[in-house]
Amino acid sequence: MFQDRYPLAFKLYPYEKSKDQDASDAVRHPVVIVGGGPIGLGTALDLGRQGIPALVLDDHEGVGIGSRAICFAKRTLEIADRYGCGEAMLEKGVVWNVGKVFQDDRQVYEFNLLPETGHRNPAFINLQQPYFEKFIFQSICAEKEKGAPIEVRGKNRVEAVETKNDHVVLTVMTPDGPYTVEADWLISCDGASSPIRGMLDLGFDGRVFQDSFLIADIKMKSNDFPTERWFWFDPYFKSGASTLLHKQPDDIWRVDFQIGWDVDRDEEMKEENIRKRLDAMLGDDVEYDIVWSSIYTFQCRRMKRFRHDRVFFAGDAAHQVSPFGARGANSGFQDVDNLGWKLGLVVTGKAPESLLDTYNEERVYGADENILNSTRSTDFITPKSKVSRSFRDAVLKLAEKHAFARPLVNSGRLSVPCTYDHSSLNGPDKLPGAPAVSRVGAPCPDAPLGDGFLLDKLGDEFVVLAIDTAVPDEIEIEGIPVRGISIKTTDDPSNGLVERYLGSEKQGVYLIRPDQHVAARERTYHPDALRAAVLKACGKE
Amino acid sequence: MAHLITEPNMPAPDDFYADLIAAHTGLSDDESEAFNARLILVLANHIGNQTILREALEASK
Repeated sequence: MFQDRYPLAFKLYPYEKSKDQDASDAVRHPVVIVGGGPIGLGTALDLGRQGIPALVLDDHEGVGIGSRAICFAKRTLEIADRYGCGEAMLEKGVVWNVGKVFQDDRQVYEFNLLPETGHRNPAFINLQQPYFEKFIFQSICAEKEKGAPIEVRGKNRVEAVETKNDHVVLTVMTPDGPYTVEADWLISCDGASSPIRGMLDLGFDGRVFQDSFLIADIKMKSNDFPTERWFWFDPYFKSGASTLLHKQPDDIWRVDFQIGWDVDRDEEMKEENIRKRLDAMLGDDVEYDIVWSSIYTFQCRRMKRFRHDRVFFAGDAAHQVSPFGARGANSGFQDVDNLGWKLGLVVTGKAPESLLDTYNEERVYGADENILNSTRSTDFITPKSKVSRSFRDAVLKLAEKHAFARPLVNSGRLSVPCTYDHSSLNGPDKLPGAPAVSRVGAPCPDAPLGDGFLLDKLGDEFVVLAIDTAVPDEIEIEGIPVRGISIKTTDDPSNGLVERYLGSEKQGVYLIRPDQHVAARERTYHPDALRAAVLKACGKE
Repeated sequence: MAHLITEPNMPAPDDFYADLIAAHTGLSDDESEAFNARLILVLANHIGNQTILREALEASK
């Protein structure tokens, strides 16, 4: 029997028998991705757009129900823009900027993310995860129409994995029975409880947090609730040690109650008991329907390494964080962005295999940053000792009156993209008057340009960006294409380009990686310096 | 004349807070209280300005 583990929100890729199942010898694929969640589908899309054949094996036929990751950061939307699905996400999503923090019945303070102007995307949108995945899948379908070699096989469950010298062998169960398939490279995007990680007997160490959270997605019958993030420490309505209220599309609000470790899950999940908590919070006269609920616990942990020879781990399979800060799916999407171009260059023989170790280097660095931040948030929200609670309460009390204490209030440090400050791929940073925001290792900040935005002009390949100077349009360095783009700061009357890329410099030349991170920057274009920087960024030196 | 700074003044507040909590790791409640008392005295000496210290006492009420 092939039993679903969860019901589907959207059936996207119904099972079809593949000809691999009838082949007498196992068919070899360049890249097999296990898991059809946002990370698996995103990776397939990235590779497929480069013309690299990508096969996704998922044990379901689409997207599971439940809003789950609801908070998507600007960097994620920028990556999605590159993949052709950012606009659909932005259109469906709820844009929010204001957050309010309460303790008991008092407002401690209010913040506004006050997004800088001159970016295509807002700081955050809220969007149910099933929509996020569906939009990625729609992009996959659109790319396939244009010839991208992507295949997604539903009800294909990996039962065994065997690693060989130069490939991986998978045993896959289907409704028609098992078959064997081979992969030059395997990417495991099969979630926090990754079966692949288990089959390879690889560790997943970190800190367990002994607390559980009850999520309820509720559809309000009136629309009086704000498009803001409201967070309570020790709320007066006693429905949880902390509580979060946040708006999603379709008039649905997410409520998270922190309910403690020793809870009877079945009892807590009964609708009448969920309603008791909600009614205490909302008041008896607010009408709503509960559309989804769940209880979750979490850990902050990661694998020691995200690359094991021919096998990569990405997203929750590689690292797991607490939900405070929206660092789960957003960091997973940065994994996708990081691995895609590197694997593309290696599969096509343009870069050495050692480039793939820098996926491990850079994304472990990113995971550690996320784990640090989310652990700190968790410790603030759920103090582990009497003195820790005293300081926490002191901060909240002082924050009501004194601005200095507000930066110490930690109800989640919202996801910002990782800057790979010490990456072995980084080239020289020889533009001393330019700002830190676009330093070598940083993701390129967006800026207005003509009728559009700078990031739209960058793309899936290396770019050498000349600002108020000129570079050749097409350069090729050892088979690696580098596109030259020359722009003028006069094309941005808002001055954002100058503020974000030049500072006090008169001109600048940036080498930008396919994932839009800065690889090197200098004042002027020197062919030899560019060549050295490109080779370094491809792991060729 | 110098006054108590009540605007944010720490470049990395999360780092400080994490160090502060970590300094109490393994201490009993009494030991933590004693540690905090010493910490206040150490910081007060560093500030060394009675006007500011009085303002700090007032701000903490």
